[in-house]
Formats: sequence, C-alpha cells, structure tokens
Amino acid sequence: MSLKNTLAPFSAWMQAFSKPFTVPDEPGVRPGAPRYRGWHINDRETCIGCGTCAEICQNVAIDMVPVDEPTKGDSGLRPKVDYGRCCWCALCVDVCPSGSLAMSNEYVWVDHDGDAFRYTPGVDEKPWDGAELGWRKDEGFDIVDHERVPMGHLDPEERIHTWAEVVVGYTEEEARREAARCVECGLCVAACPAHMHIPDYIAAIRDGDDVRALNVIYDNNSMPEMCGKVCTRRCESVCSIGVNGDPLAIRWLKRYVTERFDDLKSVLDVDVERVGEGRKIAVIGGGPSGITVAYYLAIRGFEVTIHEALPQLGGATFFGIPKYRFPMPSLEKQIKLLEDAGVKIVTNHRVEGDELRRMLEENDAVFIGTGLMKPYRLGAEGEDLPGVVYALDLLRDKNIGREVEVGERVVVVGGGNVAIDAARVSRRLGAEVTIAYRRRIVDMPADDEEIEDAEAEGVEIIPQAIPLRVERTDDGRLDFVWGPAEMVPSDRGRPRPKLIEGVEHHMVVDRVIVAIGQSADHSWMPPDIAEKVADAKGWITVDHNGMTGHRGIFAGGDLVNDTADAISAIADGLRAVEGIQRFLGILPEREETEPEIPVITVR
Amino acid sequence: MTTTETLRRRVQLWFGPQHPGITGNMSVQAWLEGDTLTQGITHVGYLHRAFEKLMERRKFIQSFPIVCRICVPEPDTNEYLLAAALEELSGLDREVPEKALWIRTLVLEMSRLAAMLQVLGGHVGSMGLGVVPNWTYTLRDYVLDRFEELTGARVYHMYTVFGGVRRDLPEGFAERMETEVLAKIEAKLPVIDNAIFDSSVFRKRAIGVGVVPEEWADEMGISGPVVRAMGIPRDTRKDFPYLKYPELDFEVVTTTGSDIYARAWIRRQEIAQSVDLIRQILRRMPTEGPYCAKLPNMLTWTIPPGQTYVRAEASRGEMGYYVVTDGSDKMRRVHVRGPSYVHGVSLLERLIPGTNIADLSPLMVSLQTCPPEIER
Repeated sequence: MSLKNTLAPFSAWMQAFSKPFTVPDEPGVRPGAPRYRGWHINDRETCIGCGTCAEICQNVAIDMVPVDEPTKGDSGLRPKVDYGRCCWCALCVDVCPSGSLAMSNEYVWVDHDGDAFRYTPGVDEKPWDGAELGWRKDEGFDIVDHERVPMGHLDPEERIHTWAEVVVGYTEEEARREAARCVECGLCVAACPAHMHIPDYIAAIRDGDDVRALNVIYDNNSMPEMCGKVCTRRCESVCSIGVNGDPLAIRWLKRYVTERFDDLKSVLDVDVERVGEGRKIAVIGGGPSGITVAYYLAIRGFEVTIHEALPQLGGATFFGIPKYRFPMPSLEKQIKLLEDAGVKIVTNHRVEGDELRRMLEENDAVFIGTGLMKPYRLGAEGEDLPGVVYALDLLRDKNIGREVEVGERVVVVGGGNVAIDAARVSRRLGAEVTIAYRRRIVDMPADDEEIEDAEAEGVEIIPQAIPLRVERTDDGRLDFVWGPAEMVPSDRGRPRPKLIEGVEHHMVVDRVIVAIGQSADHSWMPPDIAEKVADAKGWITVDHNGMTGHRGIFAGGDLVNDTADAISAIADGLRAVEGIQRFLGILPEREETEPEIPVITVR
Repeated sequence: MTTTETLRRRVQLWFGPQHPGITGNMSVQAWLEGDTLTQGITHVGYLHRAFEKLMERRKFIQSFPIVCRICVPEPDTNEYLLAAALEELSGLDREVPEKALWIRTLVLEMSRLAAMLQVLGGHVGSMGLGVVPNWTYTLRDYVLDRFEELTGARVYHMYTVFGGVRRDLPEGFAERMETEVLAKIEAKLPVIDNAIFDSSVFRKRAIGVGVVPEEWADEMGISGPVVRAMGIPRDTRKDFPYLKYPELDFEVVTTTGSDIYARAWIRRQEIAQSVDLIRQILRRMPTEGPYCAKLPNMLTWTIPPGQTYVRAEASRGEMGYYVVTDGSDKMRRVHVRGPSYVHGVSLLERLIPGTNIADLSPLMVSLQTCPPEIER
C-alpha cells in the first residue's frame, strides 16, 4: 500500500462542495415523463366496451362492468382496473381498438382505503382525467392487424359480359389469415339480427377446423351460403377492428366455409331432440324466414310443408338477387339440405281462397313469410307507358329464365340494393345505365360495396334527381324528365330533397326501371283472417313468439320487420321456431329476461 | 471434543433472506469456526413466481410483461431475448427494421450501464463504505431518467417487443443522454477511482479475496466480469455477435487476479466502455424509418413448431433463452439460462469455505447474483 492509497480516498471530501444529487422537491411534485405509464384514463364516449383490453391483460386486472345501456356497436361495458393486479405494461392501451384507453403521466395517489384502487377510468372522476401527457397509442406500433386481406373481384370490363360471380372468394390461406385478425370481442353477435356465433366460427376457421366452423354457423342460420355472399352484414359495421381500420370480412369468411362443402348433410352434426314428432306445420312462402322455420322445425321432428308460388325456393334471394351475386348452385345446395331434413316442398303453388283456412285446420301452426311483392308506384305521369317496368319484375323474369330485353339505354329510379341490382343486370344485358336517386349518394340505402361495384361497371349515378314524368318520343323511345333537388333540413333527422322548380332535364331511354320499394299483398288470404293478421297498410305485427293477431298463424320476414334484409328474415324465422314450440307447449313460456331472438344451437 | 465444544467451535448462521448484505432475496446457511466460514449452502425460492410455467400458459404478447421481472436491475436483456427467440421461430426476425436493431442495442447497453453502476456501488457498500454507492446509485438514476423518457417506466421497461420496440426515440434524446447522463458519469469516474481503486481499505479487503481458479471457467460455465477477471476474453457480444454489436468499435476488457478487486475493476472499465458504446450508437443510429415491423394480431398469433437458444451479454454474464414452440399461440417450453445460477449457487458454495464472514457480502456482490433468475 502506497501513501497515495491512503490519501486518495480523502479526495471524496471534495464532493462536499458540489451540488447535491438529491432532489429537494416534495414527493409527487416531479412529473412523470411525457410518455410515462401512470394511472389509466378512458374516453367514455369513444370506448365501445369491446373488452379487448381485458382480453389482453395477462394479470386479469381489467373487468368489464356495465355502465351505459348497450347500443349497436357498444356493449355499454367499460373497463374497471384493479391496481392490485395491474403491472402497468400498457398493452391494454396499445391494443385498444377504439383508441379510447390511455395512461396519464400521474403516478402518485395516496388513499387509506385499499378498495379505492379499483376504479373505472372515464366514469369515476379522477384528478388526472384529461391529462395531456402519458402513454398514448402510437401509429408506428400496432398489435392488432387493421388491414383486411383483400378480396379478389372479376375485372369490371370483363364482368359486364358475364353472369359469373363477381367476387372470387378467399383461398384457404387467405381465409385463415383474415380470421386471425379477429379479437373475439363479440360486438358483432349483438348486431347480427340472428345473433350468429360469429367469433366462434371465425376462431374455428383460424384454427383450420372448417367442419366445426360450418356446424357453428348452422346453429342459427340455415342459409349461410346466401348470407356469405349477399348479407347486409350489420356485424361488420360494428366490428371493433373496424373503428380504426378495416372491419373483419365476416361475410367473406362465412362464404369461404360454406363454399367448402358440397354435401352439407354429411358434414353437419345435428343433435337435437325430435320433440315435434307427429306435429304438422305449414309454411307459406319459401324465402329465408320460411326456410329457417322449415329447417329448424324439421330437424326437431316436425312434419313441415313449404308452399311456394314460384318454381324455386329462395324468395327474394332466388328471384330478386342476380346470379352474379348469388349463383343458382349455391341456392340449390341449401334447398337440398332442406329436403334431406325431411321438409316437403311444394313449388309453383300459390295459396289462395280458403286454402289458408284449411291449412289452419290440418296443421298445428302456420307460418307466413310471403314477403313484399307489390312494387311501389312512381306516382309520376307516364308511368303506365310500355317500357316503364318495375325492378322486381325485371329481376324475377331474368332469374326464372325468361327472355329479358332492356334496349340500349336505361334509367333506374331508386337508391336501394334492388335499384343497384336492376342497374347492374341491365348493364350485363348490354345497356348504358343511369341511376336517378332523390337524395345524395351518401343517403343511398344500398350497400356501399354494391354502389362501388356498380360504378366500376360503368353505371352512372345522378343524385338529387326527382322524376317528373315519362313521355313517349317520336321514334318510340321514352323521354325521362327529371328535376334537380336541393337538400333541406327535415324534422325527421336526415335532410329531405326539395325539387328546384323550373329546371327540367331530359334523358332519352329505352326503359325506365322503377325500384323505389315494395309493399305487402295479402289478397291471397281470406279477408277475415287477413284482418286479424295485418293492419290496414298491410304490415304485420307479431308478439314475442312471432305469432300474429290470429291464433296459430306466425309470420316473419320483410312482412314483419322494417329492415327488409335476409338476415332479419332468418332472425324472424328463429323466433318463430321457438315461438311455435312454446305455442304447442313443447317449450315453457318465454321468461322476461330471455332475449327476443333466441340463441339456439343444434349441437 | 465434547458436543458443547463442537457447538462452540462451529456456529450455524442464517445469512438472509432479509439482509442488507445479501444480493436480493436469497439466503446462505453458513457454518462458522471462529469468524471463518467452513461451509455454506445457498437457499433460493423466496422470489419464485414460476415465470417459465406462467409463460407456457400465456399468449406470446402476454409473456412479454413477465420476463422483465426475471432480473429487476437489468430487465432489458430478458425482453430482448424473448423477442429474439420468438422472432427467429416465427420468421419475424427478417422484418425487424434497422432502426429497431439500433434502439435495441442502445437499450441493452443502457441497462448494462445501469446495472454495472449499481453493482459497483454494491462492491464498496458491502464493505461498509456508504459514500460511493450514493454516487453510483444516483448516476444509475440518471440512466433510469432516460429509460423513463424512452420506455415510459423507470424499472420495468417492457419496451423491447416482437418486431422491434414499442416507441420511437423521443426528440432530443441523444443530447439529453450526453449532457444529463454520459457527461456526468465521466466526470464522476475519476472520483470513484480515487475512492475505490486507490483506497487502501478497499484494496486490502478485495485483493486476493474470493479468487476463482481459472480451471473452473469452462468446467462451471462462468461468464461475464467473473470470467474476464481471470484474463479470459469471453464476451457474448464478440463471441456470438447480435444486433448492432459487430458494427461497434470496442474491445473485450480483461484483467488478471480473479479476485474481488479484479471483478470490480472490470466493471469500472466496462462502465466507461458502455458510455462510449452509447455514444457510438446514438451517433450512428438512423433517424428516420419505422421502429417496429408490421405485426399480426397478437391475440391470435401462432408460431410454427421449433426450438432455439438465443443469448446476449448481460452485465452479469451470458444470458440465454431456450424456447420451444409447438404451433400454438403459447410457448411449449421456455427455459431461462441466467449467469446467476452458476455464479450465485454453484460457484458461491465452492468459494465459501475458508472465507471470512465479513467478506461474504463483498464476495456475493462481486459474483453479481440476481435471485429471480435462479428460481425462474
């Protein structure tokens, strides 16, 4: 040891004159770093209650608790954080699909009550609510996949010359990849009128178990291939991944699974008690609601007969939807399943006169799902001229194989899916097509994708166009006269179109196709029964069992619901399936707490 | 000799698990004759939380907040290794952006720096010299300030994740790192040298104490400062290069003596080395570009069957993760190989006989044990 070694340590005394290291501030004064992971904050309005934060939390520190009334796309639940469990990893923030959850940079909180350290951010007020700083979601880091696997479409140039399906469909690899994007929040289940078990079948697709997926799908939808191609997909509109990205392609995934199997009966594992043995049910109208009632009652042992006026079952999905969206083999496959289940199918048979009365006597219950077949009239001068046709008639004639002619130039009046169908069909028949719609394009009730597809195929859309009259031209064509409209506020919410007087536009066409909606036609019922079943406008009101004002007559589909889509019709069918069993005393009466659309399962 | 006499001569002593001289929560059951230890048995398990088993029951992304707990003073090695293993098995490693590789290297070097500052203070603190730990712990806090700024937390950073890192470098980070941390450390190092390496007290208590024979190096798998203090240039950063280390300019620090003094000296040199490496990294890091690859949905992410062993140089030595995946969304098996098992259990038990009771704490600190790493 040298002298240096003895003296050197004393140099430490020099430090006595340097600035002290210790921070003189009070505890809690020092703010956390700008991205510090402190106490949670949540925007109650933006949060959709999907529970993905709770799902990813490896400490199970987050409970979803009821706070608001559930609405479509919002479960009404909000995350409650237990800080006895939280490890402050902020995965909940990074995964949050709506981007509502965040962390403040506040980290000091003293309370004598241990239970206080469980609170619902954004609901229970805290001093750090609205903190500017703290851990926030960052664009460059995403732990869920917001990009949808793109779906192949036929080239627009090519598809207007063919009736082949426009949508190509997912390959197996694409479907698995798309299914893996799901966070299984289940908001879609509540939004689906039939409450299909969507996360369950998506998980099965992801796991490569298509048979399981198909069985889950058939739990409460007997026409899933149709839904997989043309459903209005309310599910996708509430998908939590869709809040800040592309929603899951739920429809295309269902399409993928249902297309994989040709012989459904051999794949479906139906395991329900045949409680309906010896009972007879008549179904009038072979659309989605009638098919649903027939299938789910038939597998329960009921003897079901479907009466259909057209040569083929399917209702609007057969005669209305063009084959480039829902091809015939797909429909036939679903009808074959009905036959396999033992349903008797009578086609080309319109029920008339006293037949309904006789059916009521011969059957334990009757289900009516005849749909809306009577087109609304345009109410404009010249509507009865030859060449002015109704979209439903045109589509039906085309679908049942009649020769259809539309000429060179067509105008379609309307903005719903039927109008788009009529326009695209006319395009395929070789016509130049224009759609005239009263309101703006954003107001069109038609599916956005349908509108896009139509435009890609060369359909021109004129918004804010009010038809004034139709006149015959000298060379035998039609002069469609319309006036521009301006949008004015309306007390019913959405703006209303108002005709700008004095301006007239002319369009010379070969066909005017009217597609402004349709209504019910009850002329086939005996008047005394019709009176009990429907109101003066033809609408049918049903009770929680799906039963009309006439004992033993159940109804569903477009007649009953105001959403007029296939999946709502299927939901009505499901309600009637259970309602009929309750009516016949097979099932106990419905409890108040039970959902109106039953969650049924066949496995 | 009567029983009483034996008892008088041979005293059994429990050292830990709650004792300021122990490195974390573990204990040594020691037998003394006079003030000389004759035998020591290590007892671990006080921190056992079954990390490895927990991870077998959690999705990959849910495992990532767990691993930082495997070594509290230096969590980032664990985060990097878990990410590296799963990236290799899933093929995601090809997509990790350049910038993320640099940030990861930075974070690993920062955590080595923080851990070495802590343990250098521990070296002298365990001998009863309380002044130096005050300085080094404060310097470590300056590193933690930068961690807080970068990762959102001071201790459990939870920052390095599959595909890259979780957030970009904040603006002005490099300047603050230089002025608030690196410059302060460099200014303090000569003072620390005076107070430790030139101190006759420290020299007397450290030189020739706790000597690890060179032949144990391979036999026991010794790594880190302990092996480099034997004169063996073993360093995972050089031997099995990873991240951006091959592009950085540094030499493996070695010395001879293999005693407590030599190990402290290695750490002192490596603190300076880390400071230099952090400067190199911040200078050469790209400023533009993504910091994380595009990730699949982490809630459903599955990884094809496979197994791998990845390693990195922690401040204590070679840290390794052996990971087996089976095609599901969870790990089939994960084994954490930390240097603490070798150093804190096998080596310590061999070194204890003949050691003075007063030297047990300095010895344990010089071997740098992280008990949770032993009892994963």
